[in-house]
Amino acid sequence: MPVDVDAVVISNTKLSDFYNVVAVAAPDVARQARPGQFVMVKPDKDYDPLLRRPFSVFEILRDPAGRVSGFSLLNKRIGVTTRRLYDITPGERLQCLGPLGQAFESPAADQQAWMVAGGVGLAPFLTLAESLVERLAATRLFYGGRSADDLFYLETFEALGVRLELTTDDGSRGHPGLVTGPLHRALDETDKGISVRLYACGPTPMMQAVTELAATHGRSTDVSLEQVMGCGLGGCYSCVVPVAEPGQPTRFVRSCLQGPVFDGGRIDWDQL
Amino acid sequence: MSDLSVTIGSLRLSNPLIAASGCFGYGVEYADLVALDTLGGVAVKGLFLEEREGHPPQRIVETPSGMLNAIGLQGIGARRFVSEKLPELKRRGAVVVVNICGSTVDEYAEIARILDDADGIGAIELNISCPNISKGGMMFGCSLEGTHDVISAVRRVTALPVMPKLTPNVTDVASFAVAAEEAGADAVSLVNTFLAMAIDVETRRPRLSNVLGGLSGPAIRPIAVRMVHECHQAIKIPIVGMGGIMTAEDVLEFMIAGATAVQVGTANFVDPLIWDKLFDGLRAYLDRHGISSLVDLVGSLELEERTPACKSSS
Ligand SMILES: Cc1cc2nc3c(=O)[nH]c(=O)nc-3n(C[C@H](O)[C@H](O)[C@H](O)COP(=O)(O)OP(=O)(O)OC[C@H]3O[C@@H](n4cnc5c(N)ncnc54)[C@H](O)[C@@H]3O)c2cc1C
Ligand SMILES: Cc1cc2nc3c(=O)[nH]c(=O)nc-3n(C[C@H](O)[C@H](O)[C@H](O)COP(=O)(O)O)c2cc1C
Ligand code: FES
Repeated sequence: MPVDVDAVVISNTKLSDFYNVVAVAAPDVARQARPGQFVMVKPDKDYDPLLRRPFSVFEILRDPAGRVSGFSLLNKRIGVTTRRLYDITPGERLQCLGPLGQAFESPAADQQAWMVAGGVGLAPFLTLAESLVERLAATRLFYGGRSADDLFYLETFEALGVRLELTTDDGSRGHPGLVTGPLHRALDETDKGISVRLYACGPTPMMQAVTELAATHGRSTDVSLEQVMGCGLGGCYSCVVPVAEPGQPTRFVRSCLQGPVFDGGRIDWDQL
Repeated sequence: MSDLSVTIGSLRLSNPLIAASGCFGYGVEYADLVALDTLGGVAVKGLFLEEREGHPPQRIVETPSGMLNAIGLQGIGARRFVSEKLPELKRRGAVVVVNICGSTVDEYAEIARILDDADGIGAIELNISCPNISKGGMMFGCSLEGTHDVISAVRRVTALPVMPKLTPNVTDVASFAVAAEEAGADAVSLVNTFLAMAIDVETRRPRLSNVLGGLSGPAIRPIAVRMVHECHQAIKIPIVGMGGIMTAEDVLEFMIAGATAVQVGTANFVDPLIWDKLFDGLRAYLDRHGISSLVDLVGSLELEERTPACKSSS
């Protein structure tokens, strides 16, 4: 069950001019959180900004004894709340309601897991990667950013046994170009008999491209969408995603309740 | 212990705090977080007769101390509400206020008939004020005749308390309250959202897919309080006030202006656990002022004759 806590900020780690990681002491949220779920946060009690904002649970934090002590957010500064979170200082409080939404479905035991991340779309994948360490089947991360300075936590993923495929727009690290480049190659090279589950999170055009590319190779993709959300609880109907089940008309489905993870093949991308 | 109970027509509420329509889903979404039977009532998302998909995203945008919405009344329709949602609301002990909307007068009456046949509904709120749909809603609420027609048609088919929800998008809201009272309404609720617009200046595009949306939240509260005050001076039936309530003090402001009960909408997005804080604040106020029943405050606005501070001598 989601809980609402006025959590103390433990640390704020700047990763670049745009990205940072905010750690909060919210064990009651963290203990329940599963990979892909989100929290609705609000840094200040006043009315500007008024509404909470949705963020993926990035890391589950543990104390030296191994007990869950909180979680962190990977934040990208794009507007008023994300700017505030970029500058938040330890000791301040962050109102956190969660965990919310549906988690990623785990891959089958013999199924490879390929995560495809663009920019801040990395956020839901660290906990997913952690949940997959014990498996024998391969886990890969296709991760694209603007430049080398925009790719984070690479060692952490590697330490979890994740094979990395990096791309940058400017070619300063990994393959130059879009993340779909190496993904395309990997799809071509992988025997049809090998079962793969794809997960994508990032800019909408990227998720659409990944879904379509994977589909041409007969594979489906779970996408984690970033709709604007007013409440996170199913109250406002702001967060809807156009979903078309086979043979049925497109329906607007609340992303905070039935998402944020959807089968990319069911999304009516033109209406999103 | 102070008494928070209030009465709207034949409906007795344990307290005056109702979750506002469109801001609380069908109520069941919140049942794990909020004990629904502790609320004065739950006004569910506006229902047409049939299912509706509503507008494409983007459906909300934040503005200073408020937000615009253009949801377009996405909903499951009256019949599915009665069969799929009402039983759980009943089981949870919620006082259910069903917010309904029609494209025609007959549609309002047809929905009211369905609700009248159902068991476990506390009141019908007539949404004649939704600014976000092309047919129905505010079309009726912006004309005195339309207001009268919808209310009297519904009045004829149901004995449930009928509460039209007035739009603030008119010059003289009190005249609509009077029309509602004359048509047989048991109460009026106000305000729905203010028709508004926001533009992304970088792209020069409207921020909402529907171009226009309705403004809610603290930004509208002073105007809503003024409108409740005007209606209170014009009608005898109870008023359910709303618009930007965030604190117990805001609730009191509406009640002193003349509201018997209030609805809480946008605040519920900010803090879904707001209810206990509002109850505590109301009780603390009553204790502090030595008032035993909250209803004693309704319409208790002090309007003193003003003595001119300095008499002009010339
Ligand atoms: C389930 C979910 C998980 C998310 N996880 C993360 C995360 O882990 N880290 C992270 O940094 N962000 C994440 N986001 C996106 C984050 O919620 C938005 O960046 C944030 O709401 C922006 O708030 P703001 O106040 O800074 O921007 P505002 O000042 O409100 O807006 C600034 C500009 O950004 C646009 N904008 C606002 N929200 C969105 C959005 N959701 N998508 C696209 N454009 C938007 C606005 O239209 C405006 O032009 C997630 C979103 C969802 C739905
Ligand atoms: C997202 C959203 C959806 C709404 N949907 C409805 C609706 O379906 N029917 C209705 O009568 N009012 C609807 N309203 C209006 C509210 O019930 C309320 O009248 C208005 O928001 C003012 O109160 P507030 O400032 O407390 O939110 C909606 C408001 C919002 C913000
Ligand atoms: S964010 Fe309010 S319904 Fe999904």
